[in-house]
Amino acid sequence: MAKSVSKNQLAPGISRLSRSKAFAKRAAYKITKVVPKAKAEAAAKKTGSKRKGGKRHTDLVAALTYRKSEFCPANVLTAPKAGRKALRSPKLRQSITPGTVLILLAGRFRGKRVVFLKQLKSGLLLVTGPFKINGVPLRRVNQAYVIATSTTVDLAGANVDAKFDDAYFKREEQAKLKGTEEEFFGAKAQKKEHPAHRIADQKTADKDVLAAVAKVPYLAS
Amino acid sequence: MSDIRYVSNDNGNGVLASDGYVMDAINFDGWIRGRFLGFKRGKRTQYEHTALLQLENVNSKEETTFYEGKRVAYLYRAPTEKKGTHIRCIWGRITRPHGNSGVVRAKFRHNLPPHAMGASVRVMLYPSTI
Repeated sequence: MAKSVSKNQLAPGISRLSRSKAFAKRAAYKITKVVPKAKAEAAAKKTGSKRKGGKRHTDLVAALTYRKSEFCPANVLTAPKAGRKALRSPKLRQSITPGTVLILLAGRFRGKRVVFLKQLKSGLLLVTGPFKINGVPLRRVNQAYVIATSTTVDLAGANVDAKFDDAYFKREEQAKLKGTEEEFFGAKAQKKEHPAHRIADQKTADKDVLAAVAKVPYLAS
Repeated sequence: MSDIRYVSNDNGNGVLASDGYVMDAINFDGWIRGRFLGFKRGKRTQYEHTALLQLENVNSKEETTFYEGKRVAYLYRAPTEKKGTHIRCIWGRITRPHGNSGVVRAKFRHNLPPHAMGASVRVMLYPSTI
């Protein structure tokens, strides 16, 4: 006669033994929770209530049903749970370090080789031609659209200004012309003047890079 | 798949990727050529959702791994101008190798039109992992 395997669950969530049977099986009648007096007092002080028997039960019930009770502010119920996603900038490929020459694969400057300066908080790479060499300005670029070469420019001494961050590059909101009279009469799109401060920034950012590039023969070409 | 070394080749300046993919530094298109061979199929049934592409100079399954995930563009001309050009594009991605000889499977946003069989397709180098 085969011995049947005793499972403690008849179905998910339904245990084979009734509560009293389980209690007996565990011999829980023998078990008395021994709580050192000091600990108990400390715990009682913390919760501000004597946790004993019936009171404990009501405390528990109160705690569990807090959200439904009249004491709970309404916005707690309806507010969305705070997400716990941490915004981290994507990992930088091992092959990309400050000073690495990158090849841009897409976009206006595809095919150009540029110098990598640093990774911005959004994960985009801050990159510069330098402008004098190939016309690529300070620009943000996505890692996926870049091939890292093994050639690097020595930027050890260089200091990339901290002001170049994502906010610096954020596109300015253009006033929507749609539906206005100007648009109807075909107003010319204003040519965006390259802001002077951008040009100045470019020069300062490039200074160190250009110096480093000049040190290496033929690197500029 | 990390090292790209500048290596001089016949043209004077070349770039050699570690997997053997040679890029010409001067004539750099940014994409390589592929041909649309047909759809994934058995003898009597074809599955138009997956296209088979033959990439230039890629002749074995191992060489294919570089291109996995890369975006592919099928370009074609149309009589009416849209967005300032007569050229239109269907984008897709290379999904996996097909067989042992360098053929590759790709899925496009919309299935490729059958009349494109035998036509060229551009395989981009992005998303790049090197």
